Amino acid sequence: MSFGPFLLLAVLEGTVMAAVLALTAVGLSLVFGVMRVVNVAHGEFYMLGAVLAWFITYYLPFPPALAWLAALIIAPLIVAMIAALADTLVLKRLNYDPEATIVATIGLLYMLQQAALTFYGSDARPVVAPFQWRIQLPWFGYSGYKLFVVLAAVVILAAVWLFMTRTKVGLVMRATQVDRDTAQAFGINVDRVYAGTFALGGALAAAAAVLIVPIQQAHYLMGHDPLLLSFIVVIIGGLGSIRGTLVAALVIGLSDGVISMFFSPTLAKIIATLLVALVLVFRPQGLFGARA
Amino acid sequence: MTDRAKVWGVHLLVLAALFAAQFLLPSYHVTNLARIMVLAVFAMGYNIAFGYTGLLSLGHALFFAAGMYGMGLPVWHLEWLSLPALIAGLLAGGAMAGVVGLLALRTAGVSFMIVTLMFAQAGYLTLLYLNSWTGGDEGFVVARSGRVLLGFDLATDTPRFMAAFVLFAAGLLLCLWLVRSPFGRVMVAMRENEERSRMLGYDPFRVKLTALILSGLYAGAAGAAYGMLFGYVGATFATIQYSILPMLYVLLGGAGTVLGPFLGALLMFYLIDITSGYTDAYLFVVGAALVGLVLFAPKGILGTLRERALRWLP
Amino acid sequence: MAQDLIGLTPSRRALLKGAGAGLLTAGFVAPVWAQAAPVKLGFQLHRTGIGAAYGRWYERTAQAALKVVNEAGGINGRPVEIVFEDDGTDPKRGAEVVEKLTSQHKCDLIFGPLFSHVVIGSAPRAGELKVPYLVCSEGFHVAGGMLNRWSMQPGITDVRAQVSSMAPWVLANLGKKVTMVFPDYAFGHDHRDYFTAAVEAGGGQVVAQIAVPPTETSFTRYLPQIPNDTEVLYHVMVGPAVLTFVKELGEFYGTGAKPEIFGFIDSLEAVDMASPGLEFLEGSHFWEGHCRVKQADASEHEIAYRAAVGVDDNGASVSDAKDVSTYAHMFSVWETLHIIKAGMEASGYQGIADRQKFVEAVEAMTEMPESLAHVQGNKVFNGKTHQVFGHQFISKVEGGKLIKVHTTSIEESLYPDAVDYTTQSF
Repeated sequence: MSFGPFLLLAVLEGTVMAAVLALTAVGLSLVFGVMRVVNVAHGEFYMLGAVLAWFITYYLPFPPALAWLAALIIAPLIVAMIAALADTLVLKRLNYDPEATIVATIGLLYMLQQAALTFYGSDARPVVAPFQWRIQLPWFGYSGYKLFVVLAAVVILAAVWLFMTRTKVGLVMRATQVDRDTAQAFGINVDRVYAGTFALGGALAAAAAVLIVPIQQAHYLMGHDPLLLSFIVVIIGGLGSIRGTLVAALVIGLSDGVISMFFSPTLAKIIATLLVALVLVFRPQGLFGARA
Repeated sequence: MTDRAKVWGVHLLVLAALFAAQFLLPSYHVTNLARIMVLAVFAMGYNIAFGYTGLLSLGHALFFAAGMYGMGLPVWHLEWLSLPALIAGLLAGGAMAGVVGLLALRTAGVSFMIVTLMFAQAGYLTLLYLNSWTGGDEGFVVARSGRVLLGFDLATDTPRFMAAFVLFAAGLLLCLWLVRSPFGRVMVAMRENEERSRMLGYDPFRVKLTALILSGLYAGAAGAAYGMLFGYVGATFATIQYSILPMLYVLLGGAGTVLGPFLGALLMFYLIDITSGYTDAYLFVVGAALVGLVLFAPKGILGTLRERALRWLP
Repeated sequence: MAQDLIGLTPSRRALLKGAGAGLLTAGFVAPVWAQAAPVKLGFQLHRTGIGAAYGRWYERTAQAALKVVNEAGGINGRPVEIVFEDDGTDPKRGAEVVEKLTSQHKCDLIFGPLFSHVVIGSAPRAGELKVPYLVCSEGFHVAGGMLNRWSMQPGITDVRAQVSSMAPWVLANLGKKVTMVFPDYAFGHDHRDYFTAAVEAGGGQVVAQIAVPPTETSFTRYLPQIPNDTEVLYHVMVGPAVLTFVKELGEFYGTGAKPEIFGFIDSLEAVDMASPGLEFLEGSHFWEGHCRVKQADASEHEIAYRAAVGVDDNGASVSDAKDVSTYAHMFSVWETLHIIKAGMEASGYQGIADRQKFVEAVEAMTEMPESLAHVQGNKVFNGKTHQVFGHQFISKVEGGKLIKVHTTSIEESLYPDAVDYTTQSF
């Protein structure tokens, strides 16, 4: 294949990856920003979203498009409830101590994985896409659904953005992020804000998974890669900065697709991982964030 | 009895009991105990960094793997004998910890955890990338000729147990000496209050780097010994799971206690071994143990015991 | 011998009576069995971890084979038991499981593991414990000489034999210019090295080798690397992302021109061929170790095996048509158990003191004619390399079903010995 179409395909793939990554990473970033909690179980919320989407589309007697739409609403809600529960039962009791919460979320990661393995099984199972539409370009074919994923991700992200900047709840969350104690002094129920933030973070990861699961399959170990990539994005973007996270998702998503055309993909991953470590060491505010 | 006598008494008693165990236990448990002692050395190293110095690392698998490959690769490619290979593994663990420490110790807390995690992930991917040298994910078998140490065949039960025991005893006594030495107290000072120790004239970076290198030497020795005693070197030992295991052992047994890592490794090993007979859900066991520990017993078993009754326990 | 077994589909009553069923085999009288201690076989099972989809079917196959062996009188007139232990598809736990099965459960031998890193991680311990370790792994590590006298692979051919024997057919029928897509780790490298060698020996050319990292979950961006002059696309993938790979391949080519596609069924093992997005595979070819869909010329043994394991004519579970089996590989568990029976009976195996005699008896095996014990077809065992050789099948997707179009000969799959385990000490 000649270079032009090659690049076009890489850009298309990169955009899809960036969109899903942005959704997943924004949840992680939000949780870190507001609660100062590094949620290692974030990838498992993503996995749960995919697994729940499989259950919902499999058991609801609707046509594929409707069943998938139901999954897009129900799966994030269930995951949000699980996340809120985890926050109330575990994280709150640890007083959100950063190190203890990491250990606890690692524990949560294993428990959620085991739950998926026990109740869902070890298979990778496909979810039928809401519609089958393939674009045939002169050089290659491309899944129309993948383009829809980009669109849907942008819509969801825009909604989150409006929620955070235009609503009172969003204002309360941002206030808590800036200064927890003052917020509490002004009568904000910090406990509820934290539980809500953790739930929202989980729901975003789950929504990303429902979008991706017609392309990839639901599998109980699928949370690992999105977690690492989200970490990378959140760190490069500046811990806790939502705008930085979005920019970083776009950069990482696009560059990953293009770089792996020229280098061995494993080498590209090694370089990206080392880069992240060095960014944290030498530029802890991230490459795009002005402040943490 | 003075505290000093009690301390030495308890630790020597544990060592004596372990030595005797090889004659008293069925062979299945003797080999398990050899595995546990090597893993406990790994966990003791983790404890020096986390339990005593307050460095919560998520990248110790890298140091363990450095030791394992530092031993295994020379045996495979250069046909080294076991003693130089073991020393190479030990040093590789320490050197890797030194390099990581020079960079990662510029950060603290959560950033330190993520930086070490990322370095370990890069190390794991490098093992896969260089698969023609490392055997990649499949790994390789350590040649029988490279498993004879000072005339003893480590592939046979008694020499294997004794090798693990000697390593464990050396690690334990060294650790006991270290934490009761002046330097050990400075390590604890770093954990408790870095600012104040800086004002007292200590260089926190140097102290933490030294502790991390010591920790890496332990991990490297354990990795090299595990590969040599059980005859296999593979990339799964570099995955994040092997960074979390020593943390789990230390948290369970008691962070900042000399015997805690061994107790944690022993209990966790048998917890998984026994539950696997009844259920496949051992991931749940690991997860629940982690959550339960941070929630209800953040000091671990020996840490709680020390707080309640045995104040002299190191 | 195994092929003389009677009572393939015994009545329910016979099953319920179990030990007392009174089935006779050559020379062994059933009543002895009531007092005899059972032969205990350890099964190292990938029940969790990345190998779990295979593990589930390996367990079912082992249970089915166990039932057949016991109904036919057990081994040496003794009933047989299997102890299953999960290794989490992890080499460290794998070695511990070998230990547990040998020292704690006192199993006579161990069989069943598939993933190569688990096999390589566990085999040293099996060698030290001097316990026979029969793997069902496909890897070249047994015949390649990496393991030891106690490790053998008598139930399934290795990748090197598989790809060498099929290359001539691919070159003659599909095209001479081949592009390979394979996972970038040891299993994929065996494909890369030995298929490339076989293609070049046959006058063809491998125009590109595209290695995909094992952690990858999305593949579209690798596909443009397939050169335009490719005549045959050779693909092999393993792991949970296999269906994604094949679907993306379909999207990539779409309705445009595409090369002939030749895949290893590993890319679709345990996956339903009727999954949406796989329509483009119509007319493409697959290697199968054992034909998933019941063929028109299926032997009576194959039919009996299919029924015993509980697989329907399409290769799915009889109780759940969506639960597709790992049919191309799992026969190895069935055949290995029957080889264990044959080896124990040939060596007059009485107990763990006779383990060495058992290994020697298996090493002495050569011809294995097609039978209920060897349902996949006849085989030849090479005692020096501890590796079995057999037929391979090439199937074409017709109407969404895999229909066999070619069977390779055993001779095509042979290669020079890389090791002689019989010269190693026990």
